[in-house]
Formats: sequence, C-alpha cells, structure tokens
Amino acid sequence: MKKMSYAEAIREGMSIRMRENPNVVLFGEDVGAFGGCFGVSAGMFDEFGEKRVRDTPISEGVIIGTAVGSAATGIRPIAELMFCDFLTVGMDQLVNQAAKMRYMFGGKISMPMVVRLPNGAGVSAAAQHSQSLEAWITHVPGLKVIYPSTPQDALGLMLSAIDDDNPVMFLEHKAMYSMKGDVESFEPIPIGKGDIKREGNDVTVIATGKMVHEALAAAKQLEADGVSVEVLDPRSLYPLDKALIAQSLKKTHKAVIVTEENRRGGYGGEISAIIAEEMFDLLDAPVVRIGALDSPIPFAPILEQVCIPNATDILSAIRSLT
Amino acid sequence: MKVPKEVMKDIYLRMLRIREFESKAQTLFADGKIPGFVHLYLGEEAVATGVCACLGDEDYITSTHRGHGHIVAKGGDLKFMMAELFGKATGYCKGKGGSMHIADRDKGILGANGIVGAGHNIAVGAGLSAQLRETDQVCVCFFGDASTNQGTFHESLNLASIWKLPIVFVCENNNYGISMSQARHQAIKDVADRGAAYGIPGIVVDGNDVLAVYEAASEAVARARKGQGPTLVECKTYRWRGHFEGDPGNYKPKKEQEEWLKKDPIPRFEAFLKENAILSDKEIAACGQQVMDEIQEAIRFAEESPDPDVASVVQDIYSDIVEEVRVR
Repeated sequence: MKKMSYAEAIREGMSIRMRENPNVVLFGEDVGAFGGCFGVSAGMFDEFGEKRVRDTPISEGVIIGTAVGSAATGIRPIAELMFCDFLTVGMDQLVNQAAKMRYMFGGKISMPMVVRLPNGAGVSAAAQHSQSLEAWITHVPGLKVIYPSTPQDALGLMLSAIDDDNPVMFLEHKAMYSMKGDVESFEPIPIGKGDIKREGNDVTVIATGKMVHEALAAAKQLEADGVSVEVLDPRSLYPLDKALIAQSLKKTHKAVIVTEENRRGGYGGEISAIIAEEMFDLLDAPVVRIGALDSPIPFAPILEQVCIPNATDILSAIRSLT
Repeated sequence: MKVPKEVMKDIYLRMLRIREFESKAQTLFADGKIPGFVHLYLGEEAVATGVCACLGDEDYITSTHRGHGHIVAKGGDLKFMMAELFGKATGYCKGKGGSMHIADRDKGILGANGIVGAGHNIAVGAGLSAQLRETDQVCVCFFGDASTNQGTFHESLNLASIWKLPIVFVCENNNYGISMSQARHQAIKDVADRGAAYGIPGIVVDGNDVLAVYEAASEAVARARKGQGPTLVECKTYRWRGHFEGDPGNYKPKKEQEEWLKKDPIPRFEAFLKENAILSDKEIAACGQQVMDEIQEAIRFAEESPDPDVASVVQDIYSDIVEEVRVR
C-alpha cells in the first residue's frame, strides 16, 4: 500500500502505460518540462523525453484534433486540456470527429484516445476556469466519461482509459489534486463499475467527483443522529453502473443525487430520470437533486462557496427525507 | 520531370474514373436514387490524381465534404463507394456515413469530412503518428480555399511547422466557399501566401494541369519523407457544379464558368498524351471503356446490395457497447 495524491495517482497511471507501450504519448499545454499547469505531469518529461511528453502551443482545437488523427493511425494519445472549460475551443474535434468517426466509418476505425479535463470549482478561478461540463460530454454518443474521486480510482481508471479503444473523457477535479489517499492496487478499474464509498441503510447519496467527499462528510455528521447514509460513487458517468444504483436503492429506497454542475440540464438530472423510469418501484420518496446554482461560477470565495453544493446542502436534503 | 508511361496511364485512368463516377452520381442523385447531399468534384480531377499519384497505400489523406475525387484517386473501391452513396449495407460505412464520411483505413483514407476545416487537425495527428512510429509515411491534407479562414487551418499549419511533421497541405482553390467567391471571402489572391506566416513553403500551381500538380506534389512529398516538414501547395482550379447538387449556382458569372470549362483538365492531359505518343487514340478509347465498365459495375453492385439491417443502427458507436435499439 502506498499513500499518493490524486495528481500523483493520475501521473502514475499514465506512466505505467507509457513504460509498457511506446505508442502511448502525452501532449498538451505546458505538460513538458513545466510539468503541467497543476503539476500532474511533473517529472514525466525527464522520464519519457520530449518526443512523448510534448508541449503544444495554446491551440486547444488542434490538441484534440491531433489526438483524433494520431489515435486513428496507431497511437494511444493522452491529451491534456489545461482546464475543462477550454473544451469549448475544441468541441468540433471532440464531438464531430472523435466521438463519431468509428460510427460514421462503419466501425472500421478505432479511437483509443484519452482527454484529461481538469474540472470543477473551489479555487477562485472564476467563470471560465471552474465549470463542471459533465452534461455536455455525457450527452454525446461515442464518448465514455470517467470522474474519479480518489487516488486509487484515478490510477485504476487511468489505466482502463488508456487501454480503451474509444475516446475516454477523464474528468479530474482540480481542487483534489493534492488530496492524499491509499493506493493498494496498480491494476485497472473497469470503466462502468461504480463503488460504494460508505455503506448505509437509510438513504443513498449518489455523488460524483469532489461531491463524494462532501457526501461522506454529511454522512459522518448524520451518523450521530442515527441516520445511516450510503454513499455511491458511479466513477464512470458513461457507461453508468445502473445495477449498483438499483442494488443500493433496494436497500434504502431513497436517493439524493449530488453533482457539482449547475442543476439545469445537468447529468444529475439524467441519473434522476433513469431512477424514475427504471427504479420507480424501489422509491419511497421523490429523488432529490443537488447541484450548483444556475449561475456562472463567481470569483470571490464567499460567492463561489454559496454557488457550489457542500456537505450542509446534502445534510439538509437527507434530513428532509428521513 | 520524367514521368514513366505507366504512371501517366494510371493518372489518366484515375482522372477518368473520378469524372465518370461524379457524372453518374449527378444523374443518380437527380433521379432520387441517392439520398442526402452530394458535393461533386467535377472539374477538379487533376488535383486529387496528381497528388495521390505520389503516394502509396500506406500514406494517409484527409479529405473534405467534396471527397469522392480524393477517395477514387487514393485507390478507394468504386463499388463500396457507390453502395455507400446509396446507403446500402455493403457500403464503405455500412450505410452509416454516406457521401461525406467515406473512409478506408487500408488505403490510408482518414475520411471525407462534413466539417469544413476539420481535416487539417486530423492530418496533424496522422503526421505526428508517422513521426512517432518512425515510418516514412506522409499525410496529405486536402482542403478548399474557404477552409483557410477557419482557425483549424492556422493552428494546424503552426503545429505541423514547429514539429516538422510529414504533411503536405493541398489547397484546392476552386474559387468558392459555397456561394462566396474567394475575392469576397479573403483579401488575398494566393492562399499559398499564408504558408509564410508559419515558416512553411507556399507554392502555387495550375490545378488543371495534372503533371504540374504531380511535380509540385512529388517535391512536397519528398520533403516530408525526408523529415523537412510540411509544404503548402495551392492548386488553382474551379468547381464546375454548385456547392451541392441542387444549388443553382446563380452567383457564378457565366463568362467565368465558360472560361473554366475550356480549361477542362482531362482533354488537356489527353492532348498531351497523344502529342507525346504516350497513349494512342485506341488506348485512350480503351481506357474510357474500361472506366465506364467499372462505374456500371459499381452502380449494379450498389443497386443489388441489401439495405442495412435496422438493428445495426446502434452498433459501432463504441467498440464494446451496443446501445438500446427502438422496437417498433
């Protein structure tokens, strides 16, 4: 067992595969000697060299486009966008090219590429560097979407993302990079398998990314009140582990969904709809959905904190159900 | 430049194939046999053939919405192409792509593309791939004049230049971006001038002179194979038809059209072949017959092919997930 930060775990996942396969490469803005804006690729330039850990100009469109063209021709690229928000600049390459090429070409081309996306708020980076864009990417057929919440999951899911023959969007919460955790396994974690982060009997909180930790904090506080909270982290947003959600609801019969996206049109709504359509009989109460306010993410810490959900919001929601 | 007779004959055959394929596609579309949109390559045949004659199967191309010519020139199978235009199960994309998305990985064809300017980025990826794998493969990126106003063009030339990628950027300047003439959509006459901004050689060539195209492309491909980086080759040509079939083309001056029709690249090359005793009248007639037969066979194949199984609608989205299908 090893203690690792979330950033170190992502780095280790990439490095393991780069050591094994010369066709795995990393490119993006300042990922080279600089080590990446958040230091995730620190040291990789020294280990793998400038050929395989490549700085690109500030050109997000061609970063994703280069991943597409190289993935179609025998490379397994990992493209880093400095901030998930910058997807806006490369959306054609992702949505019209990466996601659709296999289908449009009748299944005759593979697209083994990973796009790393530092997601989420909490660091006073304001409206253009703090968004949670899960809904945009989960909406697109052809993409897989992963959002690990712990170093262990980050490492195992990075291995699976690189091994996958489809474009995998790897969401990393930027406020969790320094968070440490135990890493026991250096094996891939299958995409599409959720994880129960805390077992409980009274209510299921389905949370993603950093919200998993807010949910765990709320669960801990409620324990004193005799409320037993199960915290379920889907880890993969698409494909989604619906079986695990159903299994949990069979026990608790109540669901709270917490994502950091603003609520309107968020992926939390999709999870809620799936539960309503496919697991209605398991429910004893309406699904509760918690997200950020329907606002751009503000700069001032006091505003940012009120905008994004936290343990208190989750606690209140659970209390309203129990 | 000395071009072997066999190469010339092959170039000629490929030009004829494009002309015949597109002429038949025009009629079949008008007759309602081809759904959707078709963007014809008529009049531009010398560009794709002159360039692709410098490439092997292992080399890559990226193409555009006006892609039939590139795919034929790169050796695409006419039967699978025509079946795809018909939306049949036997088509290149099993009926899921249509005219704008034909690809053939074995021939290095990384797809026609419905997004103007998308191929530039993909070409950078293919060029990087060749460089990383240390092969001598080259990627040719075909695009129109109007796509050079997209950001992707500039990002791609810049990155290809700093990484010295084995790419030949081939601009087919056919004077129109949909209905907007080049004089209206950009303030320069030669797209090739844009190469200088990225430290890339920019060359202008008569895009209706197939041997001139071949010569310019050969040099650019050789540079790329030697690791000397990308070249921007601008081929001046003309789009005979509208942007798509059904476009009345009312924005194109009549006189301009007449002048360009006189510069038809095929009779021009035929005259050269005859004058230089490379092909006889009889051989030229035989080439024409061979191509007519090939296209007829392709049409027959397409017409006789089955429609796709409706269950296939949710297949090939992922390598390992089949989505839920609608039951009616």
